Amino acid sequence: MAGIIAYGAYVPKYRLSRDLIAHAWNSSSIGGEKAVAGYDEDTVTMAIEAATDCLATNPSSLVDGLFFASTTAPYKEKLCSTLMATVLDLRRDIITSDFSNSLRAGTNAFKAAIDAIDSKTAKQILVAATEARLGAAQSEFEQNSGDAAAALLFGHANTIANIVGSFSVSDEFTDNWRMERDTFVKSWDSRFANVYGYTSSISGAVSVVLEKYNFTPKDFAKLVLYANNPREQADMAKKLGFDTKTQLSDPLFTTVGNAGAALAPLMLIAALEQSKAGDRILWVSYGEGAHAFILEVTPDIAKMKGRRGVKYYIDSKTMLPTYQKYVQFRELMTTEEAKVFPSPSSIPLFWRDKKSFLAFYGSKCKRCSLIMHPVQRICYRCHSKDEYEEVKLARSGKVFTYAEDYLADVPVLPQISATIDLDDGTRVFLRLSECEAQNPSDPPRKIGMPVEMTFRKLSDTSGFRNYYWKAKPPRGGIA
Amino acid sequence: MKGVLDRVAIVGAGCCKFGENFLQSRYDLIIDAVYEALEDARIELKDIQAVWVSTQHEMGGASIVSDALKLGNIPISRCENFCSSGTDTFRNACFAVAAGMYDRVLVVGYEKVKDMAVRGLPTPPFGWGGHPILFADAPPVSFAFAATKYMEKYGVDRTPLAKVSVKNHHNGSLTPKAFLQREVTLEQVLSAPLVAWPLGLFDCCGVADGAAAVIITRREIAKSFRDNFITVRGIGLSMSVARPMERPDYEYIGFTETEIAAMQAYEQAGITNPRKEIDCAEVHDCFSITEIINYEDLHFCERGQGWRFINDGISTLEGELPVNMDGGLKCFGHPVGATGLRMIYEIYKQLQGKCERRQVKNAQTGLAHTLGGVPRNSCVVILSN
Repeated sequence: MAGIIAYGAYVPKYRLSRDLIAHAWNSSSIGGEKAVAGYDEDTVTMAIEAATDCLATNPSSLVDGLFFASTTAPYKEKLCSTLMATVLDLRRDIITSDFSNSLRAGTNAFKAAIDAIDSKTAKQILVAATEARLGAAQSEFEQNSGDAAAALLFGHANTIANIVGSFSVSDEFTDNWRMERDTFVKSWDSRFANVYGYTSSISGAVSVVLEKYNFTPKDFAKLVLYANNPREQADMAKKLGFDTKTQLSDPLFTTVGNAGAALAPLMLIAALEQSKAGDRILWVSYGEGAHAFILEVTPDIAKMKGRRGVKYYIDSKTMLPTYQKYVQFRELMTTEEAKVFPSPSSIPLFWRDKKSFLAFYGSKCKRCSLIMHPVQRICYRCHSKDEYEEVKLARSGKVFTYAEDYLADVPVLPQISATIDLDDGTRVFLRLSECEAQNPSDPPRKIGMPVEMTFRKLSDTSGFRNYYWKAKPPRGGIA
Repeated sequence: MKGVLDRVAIVGAGCCKFGENFLQSRYDLIIDAVYEALEDARIELKDIQAVWVSTQHEMGGASIVSDALKLGNIPISRCENFCSSGTDTFRNACFAVAAGMYDRVLVVGYEKVKDMAVRGLPTPPFGWGGHPILFADAPPVSFAFAATKYMEKYGVDRTPLAKVSVKNHHNGSLTPKAFLQREVTLEQVLSAPLVAWPLGLFDCCGVADGAAAVIITRREIAKSFRDNFITVRGIGLSMSVARPMERPDYEYIGFTETEIAAMQAYEQAGITNPRKEIDCAEVHDCFSITEIINYEDLHFCERGQGWRFINDGISTLEGELPVNMDGGLKCFGHPVGATGLRMIYEIYKQLQGKCERRQVKNAQTGLAHTLGGVPRNSCVVILSN
């Protein structure tokens, strides 16, 4: 029987109060706040954070497949799962696939993973659902949407929760959509969508799954139910016969927002964080139909203690001070072109050095043990030639020295660059993320600051996405 | 390692007005500098036997000089080595003369940057690291790394850095060919907009158009050109092993490149106490912090004492060891390919006593120093009258 071996989540550090959006447009606020991806984040980088959390104690060499699910992938043509697999240092003989085009892209991927496990074509499959959808200015969806990622590792041994049943319905319905060239999510009349889309699909899936496996609502500790907003969720739960006070999962509406294909998995992880062995969970996603899964939590759930998960990431946050900052972060306005010399990028350069720059490896000299990044053939210290092994670099370190660049060609200034001593002794030169500028008249405050490595988007130079690692203060630490 | 370079003498030098020369093409800059040098040496263009050209940003720079001067049928080569392009080009030309191959060699450096609506210096393809993500952080960032570390290590604030800029702006105000000729106050420097913290606008040198040229010959025949020729006594050049930001164990205290280049040049020139034996110096003040660190690397003072060197006024025009008499990169301007030759021009004129209001008394031995890259290299030239 397939089940979940581990989970990991990611919610960006930045939050925007919906009151600020309402204030910007002189409209009414729907309350709470939404999670906003930083200017150097996209669905791939967020998925990698969630997947890293998920794989914290699981050797990456055991993973036989990686599925990426999102309606907001950075590429229309080109897999994100292969990029993720390289960054996460997975094996080459694995299956990779991207799932897209629907709010249930996430659970479509989970269904495929579960089927692959059940049919024994793979022992472990990692699935990451990730989303950063945009609502048009002044639209309800601008307030409603939020950015986040969730990762689940599926397998058949050492599971924290087993999938004991599932049922799916497929309905042709146009609820939310984006056409080829659309940036912002579109929708029709919300009452129409609620009655003939959401309610119809969810009840169609739930009624059958309960009957098929011979359960009633009382048999569940939790109902994890996707919904566009809390009211829609509560109304649906009542219709299905669940107690909204004791059984209904947190819709994450006031803390994260509607994270599209990532929302249902994120809600499941939030529910698992509060579950104990023996709990039964009904997990329901939506999008041109619905998936309903029945899960039973095992005693191994205790192993997830110390996982970052949803709670850690929701609790550590920085509120964006203005709506303009959000516009800047999501690059929603055309700004003056920076007056800097163009510096092109190169696909062969990236490809050739992917071990150094994507998987973040260095070369360790076999003679004198010095580690250098990127990989070097000749040792800086002892000049040995081609006598090195490629080693995965430490993912944390301390700032040695730094500068705060106020003229860099990036959406949010200053751009902070630093020389960092990693915990394994490697000296690396990186940019800092999620880090505020210091008071100019203060002494250098960031020297010695602890940082952890994070995979980020640099730019779209030369027409493709350029990624590299950055360093950031641990969440909840010094900012 | 005694040098062979004292076989070489400078007999002519020229320098155009540096600045935002919107009225001038790259050819105009070259023509102005070269013709001043020719007139100074009392020779004509047809007397030149070989040319060495310094430009950092322009591929094919040798042919640009040929186009400008309508000069052909002789060897013309281009040399590039970051901001040390000018000094290193001079060094290579000196070897040709010292070897006895040529008697009349023109060395010219230029850079035309103001035809482009961009700020800062051009970036090579794939950035300074040769790779799109070993990134092309602008030069202020690289030197701000050193400033941050210096401030932390010695517990100083931004004030000594600002004093370097105030001094060089004063010197620039006495220099008719300088780009920036206005004095500034300490308060202006400290409150200027930030470029790359801890460096503000006035901590950064002025990017300018410019060209400078010298004519060199064998010292033994230099008298046939002029009595007050200037002798080359030593040139050192050093490239560091790796970029400072990734160099293992690098403490960011001092630029090793400068120290090694200076030691080479001092040994060739027989200098053992630079503080006493150097009468004036043009050093690479691309940023205020760089000049402070240069004092230490060139052994003008002890390690960690550079900020006191500027605080105590030792490097002012009236001080014990005047530095950047013409305003330096800060105010004379920094067209990269021309910079090293502009420094040599200034030292040449100082040693001939022709610098009027900024003249250093009894200047007999002078030093020109460039620091190239992030940094990666340094070239130190010692000249005597």
